[in-house]
Amino acid sequence: MAKAKITFEDIEQTVNVPAGTRVIEISEKIGAGIIYGCREGDCGTCMMHVTDGWNNLTEPSVLEEKVLRENMASRHDRLACQAQILGDCKVKPA
Amino acid sequence: MFSTQARTSAKAPLHKGLSGTPRPGPVEIAPGVHWVGALDPTLRTFDIILSTANGTTYNSYAIRGSKGLAVIDTVKQELAGEFFERLEAIGSYDEIRVIALNHLEPDHSGALPELMRRAPGAKLYISTRAGSMLKALLKPKEGDRPFEFIRVTTGDEIDLGGRTLRFLHTPFLHWPDTQCTYLVEEQVLFSGDVFGSHYCDTRLFNDQVGDFRFSFEYYYAHIMRPFKRHVMDALQLIEPLALRTVAPAHGPILRDRPRRYVTHYRELSTSSLIDEIDRSGTSLAVFYMSAYGSTARMAEAVCAGAEERGGVRVSLYDLEGGEIEPFVDLIEEADALAFGSPTINGDAVKPIWDLLSSLAVVNLKGKVGAAFGSYGWSGEAVRMIEDRMRGLKMQIPVKGLRVKLIPTEDELEECRAFGRQLAGALLGEKREAGVIEFADLV
Repeated sequence: MAKAKITFEDIEQTVNVPAGTRVIEISEKIGAGIIYGCREGDCGTCMMHVTDGWNNLTEPSVLEEKVLRENMASRHDRLACQAQILGDCKVKPA
Repeated sequence: MFSTQARTSAKAPLHKGLSGTPRPGPVEIAPGVHWVGALDPTLRTFDIILSTANGTTYNSYAIRGSKGLAVIDTVKQELAGEFFERLEAIGSYDEIRVIALNHLEPDHSGALPELMRRAPGAKLYISTRAGSMLKALLKPKEGDRPFEFIRVTTGDEIDLGGRTLRFLHTPFLHWPDTQCTYLVEEQVLFSGDVFGSHYCDTRLFNDQVGDFRFSFEYYYAHIMRPFKRHVMDALQLIEPLALRTVAPAHGPILRDRPRRYVTHYRELSTSSLIDEIDRSGTSLAVFYMSAYGSTARMAEAVCAGAEERGGVRVSLYDLEGGEIEPFVDLIEEADALAFGSPTINGDAVKPIWDLLSSLAVVNLKGKVGAAFGSYGWSGEAVRMIEDRMRGLKMQIPVKGLRVKLIPTEDELEECRAFGRQLAGALLGEKREAGVIEFADLV
């Protein structure tokens, strides 16, 4: 299975994960500072900033785009409960 | 046509919550601006959680300009009849050009669908955050015109003909959609739920109704307190305004020295005795329950460890000897919280849950949390408390610590190390950078 590295910049920890893993599946276990609300892409609480490897996450859905817009997301912000890791990337809480 | 009731209508009989009591008509609160809301004097519980000894009002307002009428907010659906009666005494539906909703909760949007049906020439103005909520709240009937709306934000204005409505984007007071509307010429702030009270009195104005101070503070404590940061942001927009009247969506209309209420909101949103805790310092509050003293010894060791690290003001509280409310106040102010509970019958003990289920009135988002406890054979409490803290949007940077039955000296040292780690995480100390395999994450 393809592997990818995700780095949580706030705690300087990197995890080797199988491609397709959602960020939410890792960040809480490792104690990163991303905070979750509804956990299903509706509330925008888990907004994170992708500092590197933006293209190595799955494309945001139309719904995620809408939630990001409503929460005044800046460029390269994503919802950690939605984004799946396809390749190496670095993230931190938005 | 305008009602002539103006302030004199405040002489209408006091509403004592008895059926059949005369109800006031529309009440002029400023030239050409009328209260057209609804009274709910017999309501005793609002939104499940709030006691309302004096019932409440759903305040809606009609503003006349040379280009037509604007309606600010509507009322609960069940009371739409009296709202429409009052509105009809002010003008006709085809004069309504503007409907501005400061907040979409059903007690303010309940009569909106019917108002939109009756006023086909009106445009609906809501905040930039309100669109998706509007669709979810109002399920149009077949044949209804679609809910078209205009999103507005701070600085947007509507010219009603000699009357200017200016919007203030004040989200999360207490829903994401909330906003305020300011009538520039008359210096009236239609504030939505901000500055509201659940207090029904037909005399309507703060200088004439009964003593409603407790309702004002109770309302703040239960509705606005979790959003103190957003209250402060909103006050930045509100405080510079010239204010002749603050017209909230519930309770008395604040025409007598309205600025006092604005100032009081700032006071209520500011920590009390803040200087008692070193401003530059960081605080950790540790709460525990203990049956045989094991979790208590762990709690003391966790505190000792955090103290050793330095830079953190550590406080220890035995839940057995306290009541929930002051602990909630402590939790609101603390930067980090640790909860110690033994596991009894596969669960954390009830006083811990009582405390953890009383925190909806404070904002815990981003605070550091930790859990620990002694257990006999299964030890579920620590993980359950961690899950609850995650649900409260707290961060759990250090994995919880469990000790089987009575802690040994080595285990107490682990507790001290746990306290040191927790203090370190609180002070922004990072773990050594490293790479971890997904399979190794537990």
